[in-house]
Amino acid sequence: MTVPDTVRRRAPWRLLTLAVVVLAAVGVLAATGLQGSLVYYKTTSELLADPSLQGERLRLGGLVVPASVSRGPDGVSFVLTDGVQEVRVVNSEQPRGVFTEGQGALVEGIFGADGVFRSDLLLVKHGNEYKAPEEPGEPPAVKDVSR
Amino acid sequence: MNPPRPPGLLDRTLTAGAALTSAAALVVALAVAPPDALQGQAQRLMYVHVPAAWLAYACFAVVLVASVAYLLRRDLRWDRRAQAAGELGVGMTALAIVLGSLWGRPVWGTWWVWDPRLVTTVVLLLVYAGYLSVRGLGDDRATGARRAAAVGILGFVNVPVVHFSVVWWRTLHQPATVLSPDPAPMDGRMALALLLSVLAFSLAGWLVVRRRVRILAERDGGPAPQEPPPGAPLVVRAGTRS
Repeated sequence: MTVPDTVRRRAPWRLLTLAVVVLAAVGVLAATGLQGSLVYYKTTSELLADPSLQGERLRLGGLVVPASVSRGPDGVSFVLTDGVQEVRVVNSEQPRGVFTEGQGALVEGIFGADGVFRSDLLLVKHGNEYKAPEEPGEPPAVKDVSR
Repeated sequence: MNPPRPPGLLDRTLTAGAALTSAAALVVALAVAPPDALQGQAQRLMYVHVPAAWLAYACFAVVLVASVAYLLRRDLRWDRRAQAAGELGVGMTALAIVLGSLWGRPVWGTWWVWDPRLVTTVVLLLVYAGYLSVRGLGDDRATGARRAAAVGILGFVNVPVVHFSVVWWRTLHQPATVLSPDPAPMDGRMALALLLSVLAFSLAGWLVVRRRVRILAERDGGPAPQEPPPGAPLVVRAGTRS
């Protein structure tokens, strides 16, 4: 040990004080500062409320409206909703993942002036509920996975 | 080499517990629990992905406590506990990322997204990889241990950030089902499989950390922390101390 004994005894309290300060700073940052900048995707309402988002490449998330899905040779078309506003999406590729009507989906692309969101990346957002497949004959349940 | 010591009662209990819970978890996760209604068979990756993440959190909590204890007591035994837990925690974080990626491809449709949960987890991995490397930078053993303890304490800030990233920010990753401010329903057989696998990971992890602490103690040349069980024949340790 090259450090004098007195210095060695004081050091942990300096470090612990530093730890508390850093902890508080990160906590405040996480709670306030990052709130606005870490939005991973926009909701349909947010997209429609902000005209400046037109033509920008962004991510849009929501629930796939049941019976709105139509698959063609050059992609898939469906309507996303956040329960308030609906946006028609045309994705240039067939969906991967467990894409299902009534479930969450997230697309990356550009919202055009014609009110259609054209995307080239389609991801599936599933909920945190886990259950066994239903017995045949039961009506399919629609889960709310929007957050 | 030193002759192997007879394992203590705790180690034998941990070994038996880990073996039993692993076997039970395997059976329940693969045979008893149903596939998920939406995700199908891929959902079974939960029974290894979630325990890996949980064990990583637990390891980093041990690093935190042992680092504080080291700074207060300046006893290298605490540093060795912190290091052993930190090593397992880094491994488990990496495992959780890889298993999550394997789960994401069939279910989300992608191996990777720059989503807050995934990004904060990578930051967690880097911070604790740094924790393991910083201890080698010091001039002597105690300096390295002191610096590592500081990183081990500060680094823990990341753990709640990772865990609550799915609550604080919009993510592609779904929120937690069990350890959540707003728990969601889960099929009972699935919950049992998850509980058993979390137990199996925890017991096995505890055992691994204990063994690693013993190896680190021998490397430090200190006395082995474990006393032979009462009644066991006294083993005379041959060989030189490193």
